[in-house]
Amino acid sequence: MADIKELQEALLKKDEEIRLLKQKVEEANAQLRVVTTANADVVSKLLETSSKLSNDDIMRYSRQLILPDLGVKGQIGLKNSSVLIIGAGGLGCPAAIYLAAAGIGRLGVVDYDEVELSNLHRQILHTESRVGLSKSLSIARSCHSLNSSVEYVPYQLQLDSSNALDIIKCYDIVLDATDNVATRYLLNDACVLAGKPLVSGSALRFEGQLTVYNYEGGPCYRCLYPRPPPPETVTNCSEGGVVGVVPGIIGSIQALEAIKIASGLGSSYKQRLLLFDALDGTFRTPKLRPRNTDCPVCGDKPSIQQLIDYEQFCGARASDKDKDLHVLEENCRISPKEYAEMLKGGEPHILLDVRPAVELDICRLPQPALNIPYSSFGKSGTTCPSDLSQAMEKYGEDEKVPIVCVCRRGNDSQLVVRELKEKLAGKNVTVMDIKRGLYGWQKQVDQSFPLY
Amino acid sequence: MPLPLIIEFSGGAELLCGNVKKHNVELPEQKDKWQVRTLLPWIRDNLVQERPELFMQGDTVRPGILVLINEADWELMGELDYELEENDRIVFISTLHGG
Repeated sequence: MADIKELQEALLKKDEEIRLLKQKVEEANAQLRVVTTANADVVSKLLETSSKLSNDDIMRYSRQLILPDLGVKGQIGLKNSSVLIIGAGGLGCPAAIYLAAAGIGRLGVVDYDEVELSNLHRQILHTESRVGLSKSLSIARSCHSLNSSVEYVPYQLQLDSSNALDIIKCYDIVLDATDNVATRYLLNDACVLAGKPLVSGSALRFEGQLTVYNYEGGPCYRCLYPRPPPPETVTNCSEGGVVGVVPGIIGSIQALEAIKIASGLGSSYKQRLLLFDALDGTFRTPKLRPRNTDCPVCGDKPSIQQLIDYEQFCGARASDKDKDLHVLEENCRISPKEYAEMLKGGEPHILLDVRPAVELDICRLPQPALNIPYSSFGKSGTTCPSDLSQAMEKYGEDEKVPIVCVCRRGNDSQLVVRELKEKLAGKNVTVMDIKRGLYGWQKQVDQSFPLY
Repeated sequence: MPLPLIIEFSGGAELLCGNVKKHNVELPEQKDKWQVRTLLPWIRDNLVQERPELFMQGDTVRPGILVLINEADWELMGELDYELEENDRIVFISTLHGG
């Protein structure tokens, strides 16, 4: 009998614990509500400042408090500072978690995007269960579970000329953790106009770069790059690939520089560029030019006094999403379904896979293919690549078999078809591509086909 | 006397040169001193293997490429007018935008 009573009491105790935990979760969720407009109340409220540390603060931050260069003064500086991270991806994740851990007062995170499975190898604050969830909210939740004393503001919106200044003005330091050129110019101009330092990081393949712009009289992004790069020279992570730890390192240094600025130590990367090469294992920090007094935005007589249209300025969209190209007439293209029919009927043809060789190791269509990467077509000048000429000769002069081009998404394949049509003009050979490439094949023909 | 130099590419600019980052080169002897102005077309004609327009535009590098001369921004060194010296290290960095 006594046992039952004891158990019942224990049960009641556990129920109460569950109730309290649920309440905590609710409180946390209520605090971490996503912001979808720039003029929400939560952002216009300035960070409350304080001049001392609580006992919990002292214990939590003790290992950095005892550093003479940082000390209580530096920690209070952190507590009274707010940092805005643009981009909740490979750079934004490590930057956010270290800023949260170090005790920054307020952390804003902007991203319009949702978590995808292909993000997780580098965007390490997101989780498998959060695929499909807002990236900025996902970061706020992860950071909140590490340090709940920080105020988090997740913005689920696309930063643009209409909202950038309203958002940025509520923060002391801005981190550029974005993935595209248009947003980089937007952020630069907005930070110059709002007078905020911009800790800018980027990463691709095995390399990373970092500079602090518009800081203590140093140059801005436009001083270095007055004109945007031609869009065809810009590669994104989905196209070029990236080793996850590379943005991890650059994002961590972005957090470090923000911590140094907030705590009064100052940044080491004003008028300096950090170049990290993971393959060589080298860090280099060349000195950059000073502020350009003729700079259109930070110069002495600036011509840009309000934000402009940055997608137009760069000739590129403010996202790193791959766009579908439309350069071919419909009659030069076949659907994946039609190609599957061709295979079934045993129709003779040459399948030309124009992806980089490394990608053929990942997956390929169930038909022997000739691999000539898109990038090598420019090199062969006006002639047809010799591998292709040989393959065509196999069928003899009379028997003209069609050439079917395929790539990952059906963009490069169109460009190759266009080029081959010129090179093979007068030879009466049909050249076509498979619409939407392997993505289309997976959707229309074989759902078990791997995508990447 | 030929002029030995170290030419490097990074940030993806090496893809224009057969994916080779570091090139030890010797510029042929010529009457006038070699400057960056004359080095650029030499690189375009001798090292760049594809799409030369993605290396040079007009008489300078295309937008989005930063040039370092001996570990400093070339603007601090005189840009196109810089006179090359033996064993100078010239680096062409394509800016990265991924994140």
